[in-house]
Amino acid sequence: MKILKLPKEQLDFFASVLQQFGEVHAPVRTRAGYSFRALERWSEACLDYDRTVLPPKKYFLPPRETMLTYRRPDGYVAGSEGLNQKLVLFGVHACDIFALNLLDKVFAEGVFPDPYYRTRRRNVAVIGIDCEPDEHCFCPSMRADFVERGFDLFFYDIGDHYLVMVGTALGDDMVLATGPLFTPVADADIVEYKRRSALKKTKYQLEVDLRDLPEIFELEYGSEIWEELGRTCLACGNCSTSCPTCYCYDVQDQVELGSTEGPRVRTADTCLYSQHAAVAGGENFRHSQASRIKFYYYHKQRGFVMEHGRPGCVGCGRCIVHCPVGIHVVDVINRLRGVRDAVASH
Amino acid sequence: MLSPAIDVATGPGWLENPYQPHLARIVRIYRMVPDNWVFTLRFLDEEIGRNFRQQPGTFVMLSIPGAGEAPISISSSPTRPGTLELCVRRVGRVTDALYRLQSNDLVGVRGPYGNGFPVEVMHGNDLLLVAGGLGMAPLRSLLWYALDRREHFGQVTLMYGAKNPASMLFREELVSLVDRTDINCLLTVDSDPGGTWKNHVGLLPKLFDRARIDPRTTYAAVCGPPIVYKFVLERLLPLGFSKDRILMSLERRMKCGVGKCGHCSIGYKYTCLHGPIFTYWDAINLPEMV
Repeated sequence: MKILKLPKEQLDFFASVLQQFGEVHAPVRTRAGYSFRALERWSEACLDYDRTVLPPKKYFLPPRETMLTYRRPDGYVAGSEGLNQKLVLFGVHACDIFALNLLDKVFAEGVFPDPYYRTRRRNVAVIGIDCEPDEHCFCPSMRADFVERGFDLFFYDIGDHYLVMVGTALGDDMVLATGPLFTPVADADIVEYKRRSALKKTKYQLEVDLRDLPEIFELEYGSEIWEELGRTCLACGNCSTSCPTCYCYDVQDQVELGSTEGPRVRTADTCLYSQHAAVAGGENFRHSQASRIKFYYYHKQRGFVMEHGRPGCVGCGRCIVHCPVGIHVVDVINRLRGVRDAVASH
Repeated sequence: MLSPAIDVATGPGWLENPYQPHLARIVRIYRMVPDNWVFTLRFLDEEIGRNFRQQPGTFVMLSIPGAGEAPISISSSPTRPGTLELCVRRVGRVTDALYRLQSNDLVGVRGPYGNGFPVEVMHGNDLLLVAGGLGMAPLRSLLWYALDRREHFGQVTLMYGAKNPASMLFREELVSLVDRTDINCLLTVDSDPGGTWKNHVGLLPKLFDRARIDPRTTYAAVCGPPIVYKFVLERLLPLGFSKDRILMSLERRMKCGVGKCGHCSIGYKYTCLHGPIFTYWDAINLPEMV
């Protein structure tokens, strides 16, 4: 991999060059928290943010998207709104890039690749940035604290400079477009990178053990914990909406009154909602909130492992931050494991 | 940006869209049973019709303009190509809208989806089809596949139970099979209020007394409401059936049919991709299965 460095004071110049590669989006501080959005000026960007409210999946699986429109006499015509817009996401954390790589397994690979997702994925450049863990992060447990791929460039803070990993040819084009701004790394930079990398590892406060976790879930399928969580959970869906790997969606046809023409729209959905597994005729395969929240965890920590070889969780901590009743994923897992007072001990 | 390494794009920036319904015309509506009609469809684009390769047991996503999309199992056999027969229960928004359409109206179809019955594996074996109530709809494709490819199978047995003769799906067609010698067609009704039923009266599992099934050489395909699975398994398992010789067709909520929307997920399987046909072994190992 090509690895270079960039002086920090040149970052705003680099950002201005980036505009030729697409509209630049970065985390911005808002009243509700940090949010990825289009920058009006570079100074709005907050690169030392903890986590955005919504993960970058919103750029690839928009919360609401027109898939097709029914029109006479053409039939169903595929929508293409916003698909071909070139964007540059600046400042994506490793866990969120890892989550995009997981979404690729579902939406970009396999038997039926999703053309909407793939087209967006092709048109959105991703520039990663290193982060400072807080009390809600457990990405090392999910092995999602570092990414080898899924970014065009990745920035690591090494003091006066950023150490920059170049992940793709597009990333290389971005580097070259700045002229001689990026320079080779020196021995001292490598030492500093490794020092900070080792230091970061010591800063995590949460931990879960992944070993045999799918089997623990299997063994604890009838655990009383699920009933208790079912009584606590409000089914608000915050955990799912803010989860970088949740991808369920619903599809509805919308019609104007007196017409059969109109768009087919997909919207983000969550298995925590009561109708998620209901079929026409009244049968509901997950009829209680306990069965639904169990499914939510089960799919991430067991189902996804069986299908894709690892959990559908990156340890970003959003579900912990956004749960209005304090349901804590690490606590749930550790209680299933029988590790007592896991969270309280921190 | 998505790495070009995993990018196997075929067109100018736009792959084949798996969500694209193809227009099909309703060529016949058979008002078989109240709220269980059979709709015969033909694709407008003949090439799509020719390339439509379903296995028995697969399903389509059916679009009714303005109402939406729903998964419907295919009731016709791939051995009879050209049209698709869908036995549709009137049960929700989409099917309600379908029942308001008439012959010659247009609908959207995409698919076929799902694994279907593993017919190549089943070739050379005896076949036992067990259907209860509406479970005949997906099994009919396998029934006609077996009858049209009769040389591929040993003994073929159908056991079908309905509440009464009036609610029996494909009744006339199935009654016409009773006298055939290449199939043991056992039809039963729970009750016969009209007194005109000439076949069996009694519960579906009782039909096992009328058939000789060799579990070592037989694949059993079962479809029906949950109670059918319960009572049929109580007959199949004591016979010594291996759990992967019992095949079940399952129903789930579906919004995409292609393993994305998450609704049909059971445990770690998607009904639309890994099903809707599951072995009994899968059923035991997946929670919430039946």
